[in-house]
Amino acid sequence: MTEAVTVKRSVRLRRALMYPLSFVLVACAWELYKWLGPPAGGKVLGMRLLARTNDRAMPHTWKMIERLAHPEVRGRSDAIWLVVSRATWYSFRVALAAFVIGVLLGLVLAVVMVRFKTAERALMPYLAISQTVPIIVLAPLLATLIININKGLVDTKWLPVMVLGVFLAFFPVAVSALKGLQSTNAASLELMDSYAAGWWKTLFKLRFPAAVPYLTPALRLAGASAVVGVVVGEISTGLRTGVGRLVLSYGQDATSDPPKLYTAVFGAAALGLVMSALVVALDKLLRRNLPPEPV
Amino acid sequence: MNHTTTIKGEQHMRTRAVKTLSVAGLSGLLAVAAFGTASATTPPTTPAAGTMGAMGTPAAGGLKVDVSKCTAPSGAKVKLQLQWKAQSQFAGYYAAVDQGFYKDAGLDVQIIEAGADTKPQQVLASGAVDFAISWVPKALAEREAGAKVTDIAQIFRRSGTLQVSFKDKNITSSKDFKGKKIGNWGFGNEYEIFAALSKDGLDPAKDVQLIGQQFDMNGLLSGEIDAAEAMTYNEYAQVLEAKNPATGKLYTPDELNVVSYESEGVGMLQDAIWADQAKLSDPAYCGEAIAFVKASIQGWAFCRDNPEKCRDIVSAAGSTWGKGHELWMMNEINKLIWPAATGGVGTIEQEAWDRTVATATGTKNLDGKTVLTKAPDAESYTNDIVTEALKQAKAAGVDVDGAGFTPATVELQEGGA
Repeated sequence: MTEAVTVKRSVRLRRALMYPLSFVLVACAWELYKWLGPPAGGKVLGMRLLARTNDRAMPHTWKMIERLAHPEVRGRSDAIWLVVSRATWYSFRVALAAFVIGVLLGLVLAVVMVRFKTAERALMPYLAISQTVPIIVLAPLLATLIININKGLVDTKWLPVMVLGVFLAFFPVAVSALKGLQSTNAASLELMDSYAAGWWKTLFKLRFPAAVPYLTPALRLAGASAVVGVVVGEISTGLRTGVGRLVLSYGQDATSDPPKLYTAVFGAAALGLVMSALVVALDKLLRRNLPPEPV
Repeated sequence: MNHTTTIKGEQHMRTRAVKTLSVAGLSGLLAVAAFGTASATTPPTTPAAGTMGAMGTPAAGGLKVDVSKCTAPSGAKVKLQLQWKAQSQFAGYYAAVDQGFYKDAGLDVQIIEAGADTKPQQVLASGAVDFAISWVPKALAEREAGAKVTDIAQIFRRSGTLQVSFKDKNITSSKDFKGKKIGNWGFGNEYEIFAALSKDGLDPAKDVQLIGQQFDMNGLLSGEIDAAEAMTYNEYAQVLEAKNPATGKLYTPDELNVVSYESEGVGMLQDAIWADQAKLSDPAYCGEAIAFVKASIQGWAFCRDNPEKCRDIVSAAGSTWGKGHELWMMNEINKLIWPAATGGVGTIEQEAWDRTVATATGTKNLDGKTVLTKAPDAESYTNDIVTEALKQAKAAGVDVDGAGFTPATVELQEGGA
């Protein structure tokens, strides 16, 4: 019994260590490549694949960390970590909204497609095509559309960016949820029929639980997509106050202050981390009633 | 131009959570950053004035607007689409908001910044904004594609594009490009380079090595590019704000050679105010256009006389440049505007317009493409609006010529502080 407890504790400890360790590993990989790689970049099979390793292209990781403590521009009061944190918090809220709306939209589409076979046949090709439209084409288009629709309304600048996040996030959910909702076997459905359970009751009592294992990987994809959509959308439309905008701005400062860009990159990475942690929590919540996976 | 270089890096981590986007996302982002963040469209630029004070005559012809029918606005809401984020390149407009010039002209102006993929002339043509700032060749290309926009005030009189190189490369004119690695931004920003090459009888495909350039000037500093494209008001200053690792001091203009396309005689017109052609026959809209141009001229005259105040206005409007860099930009922008054309700032000059159009229709890039397939129609510009606006501005006591303008000397600090 004590053995079981120790095992559990060590697993937990290992997991807790894994997170910081993964950062250290990435930093080590960075420094290792910087140390070994070609300073002016290099070619593999004639293609320029190897990144430059000089201090301008790849500053030392400690320079980036150090940069966090200094102001955005000398002479301004707020340290850059604060500026980046604020921007990241803003982007996070937009990405979260995109994720929630995207997931709900995906679920609704999946339910409609399960209910009506015609809807599935009609919608599916369009859903697939929708994901092939490049986001940089969509972003300015959406921005223009939304300025048009919202004439006179308040600040809705974040709307096109959020819509982009939704646009990327709903797809994996719709596809996987559909598959999951259809995964119930005939015997179970007949059982529900014999209970005289209606379509909705079957949906909630049988189909949704059956769809959960399909849904969790889709949620992770949706979380990532929402973040990507929002950050790329911010870069593309120039939305102020978001972390994507900082990536854009600081990229221009790279001539004289290369580590600065990476502070914004840290913000974007943190955004991804927080979102993935949330998705993991959601995943746990959804799976709480499922039997443990067969080993 | 966005290098989305996704990077491999199989991480054999046990925990699923870590495996998700976190680490992959982080390394991917870092990888993108390492390769350099390239961003698209109009890189903000900088250059020193070349042919100062060359007397051009106002362009005749153009779209006819009967200004006597235009009605003065009163509290009209107007949106202006910029071609980049807030910076001194647009100081005149921010100053006109801050100093109440627009308000006095009966306008309530909202300035909209651009992102990496914003095409101001497209946004304007869609009806989402009332006026837009754009370079002339880009707007004309969009016009050819169907966006009926009209140049109503040519604020920047000179091109700010440079080709910057270190002294030891001996590149003092575009003739010296031969055999060199020439950086360029592409996406329509390369035509002055091609025009200069063809003027000198050089073949872009054979005589030079053209290299796609990132937003920053690291290609030049690391020696991958012999001569880098730069705007006088931005990228050129970025070089002067960077430390030379060999000396431990900032790079100085003495270490650099600069080729100005304006001086080479192939400069193309840049920032202008564009309006929606179809709406210019509407008395209310053309009244707003006159009022907008007039108050903008006031704003630019104010920034000519108060560059430091304008630097502060732009910073307060959200520019993220340091104070030194911002003031440098303000000063260089003033050089592109002042002294103004005969007739006053904003007047479209025949010679410069024709040169821009000739370059846009006659210069082929590497793909054999020209910016425009044919000369734009007469409605692509009008001097009627700006002439009326200048009349009103002069009546209000604004110096619209800036004949006595002398640029300041701005000292740059490391990192643009």
